[in-house]
Amino acid sequence: MKFLVCISNVPDTTTKITFTPDNKEFNKTGVQFVINPWDEYALTRAIELKEAAGNGTVTVLNVGEADTEPNIRKALAIGADDAIRVNAAPQDAYFVAEQIAAIAKEGAYDVILMGKESIDYNGFQVHGMVGELLGIPTVAPAMKLDLSGNTATLEREIEGGKEIVTVNTPFVASCQQPMCEPRIPNMRGIMTARTKPLKVVPPVGEPARTTVAEFALPPKKQGVKLIPAESAGDLIKLLRNEAKVI
Amino acid sequence: MSVLVVVECADGEVKKSSLEVASYGAQVAAQLGTTATAIAVGEATEANLAKLGEQGITKVLYDAEPRLKEFVNNAYTKLIATASEQEQAKIIVLANSNIGAAVGSRLSVRLKASLATNVVELPKTDGGQFVVRRGAFSGKAFSDVVLGSDRKIIAVKKNSIEAKHEAGKTAEVASFTAQLSDADFADAPTQVVMQDQAGGVLLPEADKVVSGGRGMKGPENWNLIEDLAKALGAATACSKPVSDVDWRPHHEHVGQTGITVSPNLYIACGISGAIQHLAGVNSSKVIVVINKDPEAPFFKAADYGIVGDVFDVLPKLTAAVKELS
Ligand SMILES: Cc1cc2nc3c(=O)[nH]c(=O)nc-3n(C[C@H](O)[C@H](O)[C@H](O)COP(=O)(O)OP(=O)(O)OC[C@H]3O[C@@H](n4cnc5c(N)ncnc54)[C@H](O)[C@@H]3O)c2cc1C
Ligand SMILES: Cc1cc2nc3c(=O)[nH]c(=O)nc-3n(C[C@H](O)[C@H](O)[C@H](O)COP(=O)(O)OP(=O)(O)OC[C@H]3O[C@@H](n4cnc5c(N)ncnc54)[C@H](O)[C@@H]3O)c2cc1C
Repeated sequence: MKFLVCISNVPDTTTKITFTPDNKEFNKTGVQFVINPWDEYALTRAIELKEAAGNGTVTVLNVGEADTEPNIRKALAIGADDAIRVNAAPQDAYFVAEQIAAIAKEGAYDVILMGKESIDYNGFQVHGMVGELLGIPTVAPAMKLDLSGNTATLEREIEGGKEIVTVNTPFVASCQQPMCEPRIPNMRGIMTARTKPLKVVPPVGEPARTTVAEFALPPKKQGVKLIPAESAGDLIKLLRNEAKVI
Repeated sequence: MSVLVVVECADGEVKKSSLEVASYGAQVAAQLGTTATAIAVGEATEANLAKLGEQGITKVLYDAEPRLKEFVNNAYTKLIATASEQEQAKIIVLANSNIGAAVGSRLSVRLKASLATNVVELPKTDGGQFVVRRGAFSGKAFSDVVLGSDRKIIAVKKNSIEAKHEAGKTAEVASFTAQLSDADFADAPTQVVMQDQAGGVLLPEADKVVSGGRGMKGPENWNLIEDLAKALGAATACSKPVSDVDWRPHHEHVGQTGITVSPNLYIACGISGAIQHLAGVNSSKVIVVINKDPEAPFFKAADYGIVGDVFDVLPKLTAAVKELS
């Protein structure tokens, strides 16, 4: 089984978000980048399934410029076998999906795993686009993934419940908790990661369909109004008469 | 040229988030001087579909094919693509739900449309560009995105648009068929398992949420959260560590790596307010924080706060809500 795991390079979850003075770009100064937390579920599950089968390969793929390589190496340290970086700034979701679809097709991957969504652009869309570009099913977001031969059984989260979905390879799935316990690299992994192959390829396809005109921050809160614990019930009156939310 | 709105239904009713979507679509249509048609998916009744007129929809298409009652990605995509061709829709509006986003992303490729998900405002169309504001950086920011293609798909975030309501107006309900074949249903789920809701409110659709963190000490104390939620007609939620140790189910975990909610009222009980938690809740209209530590970071993001012990405060709040009605 050939697994392709797509990882996005995102600001650490504790990052305070700021933009350049013209609000046109995210301010990367001093920001630590990590593997998108949801993509860690995809990566770990692919490694687990490969180990359970006793054969197969896990390839990680990132669409990004050279500064994403530390996180690609981290994915190799966690247990992926090799990596591909499409050497381009990820212009928009469609552009990224085109790159992933082209690599998936050329390498004839059986299982294409992604995270539920990126925590920076929150698109929740690349997986659907890749499935459509390849003409194969996408299961998003998946909370559980098991493989038996060429058949996968997944649990897909829906509002208020879940669906059990069975699909044959090849397919795309986007992963989220509680699929597995994401692994962290160990010393041996970090050592071997240095020599694992990382191929850099040029982008393909059409240009992006969307562009960001500007970023904005949410309005600041007015400040908290404190109610003494002894008269907690007054809060309810304020919520009704002042905030008018109940 | 028209606007096509995808309306999700369940148990005969139009979902609340889809009423917002319908209203959004009708307002976009008005902005562009055209009309909005809806295509309904899921189990719907003709009477409820006709009522979409109240949100400004003029016509509702409905395919009575029984297999369309449950979500099937391929079938829904084809259904909506067919409706979009028939109506010559330039703009498709859907909910940013697990159905809407799944269908929207496939449609964007099939129809060569530009897609914006997580959209929170009506588009700006002056100056020859079509710009929508969407949530980004997990609730920490917004981005204004230019949709460049001739066709556009917009997935609207829940509870960010108020559904307009003009009582008495009705839409024409027209039967419609996309001529779906068995092959279109090949990716149908084998089983659908709904959570035991037992009179509770569904978190993603809720407009009030009562949420508990590690300060609640253990699952045995969740009756305090549930009692207040019940009195308010609110859904229950929790912080990540709470679901990680299985005090509460995973689908209740809100935050950067859980679900994002934007209710009118979010009450946080014994939650410290870590940045990853705030990311999932800070677009709530009113935030109330109950924490025994006056230095808890959550107070900085709150509108109202009580510095106190949840075990003392929660029963008082529940009693006060019961006194209201
Ligand atoms: C410098 C820069 C400029 C940008 N400008 C724009 C812009 O103008 N307009 C715009 O719309 N977006 C822009 N982006 C966002 C960028 O294109 C996003 O990576 C892309 O839109 C996908 O994010 P998403 O939130 O839509 O992905 P989702 O659909 O939320 O991601 C789902 C999954 O897809 C996979 N995935 C996502 N991105 C990648 C990737 N790059 N490589 C490999 N796998 C991936 C991951 O598994 C992820 O979990 C910019 C990003 C950068 C870094
Ligand atoms: C990559 C990553 C992603 C993450 N994603 C998320 C996420 O999506 N959602 C999320 O929630 N977290 C997330 N976290 C975890 C986050 O950093 C915090 O650890 C978590 O939110 C803390 O949960 P808590 O507030 O319930 O617990 P704590 O931080 O332990 O806070 C408990 C609070 O309860 C108060 N308290 C204690 N007893 C009482 C009492 N009797 N009465 C009143 N108050 C009391 C304390 O003063 C304290 O403020 C993430 C972390 C990482 C690293």
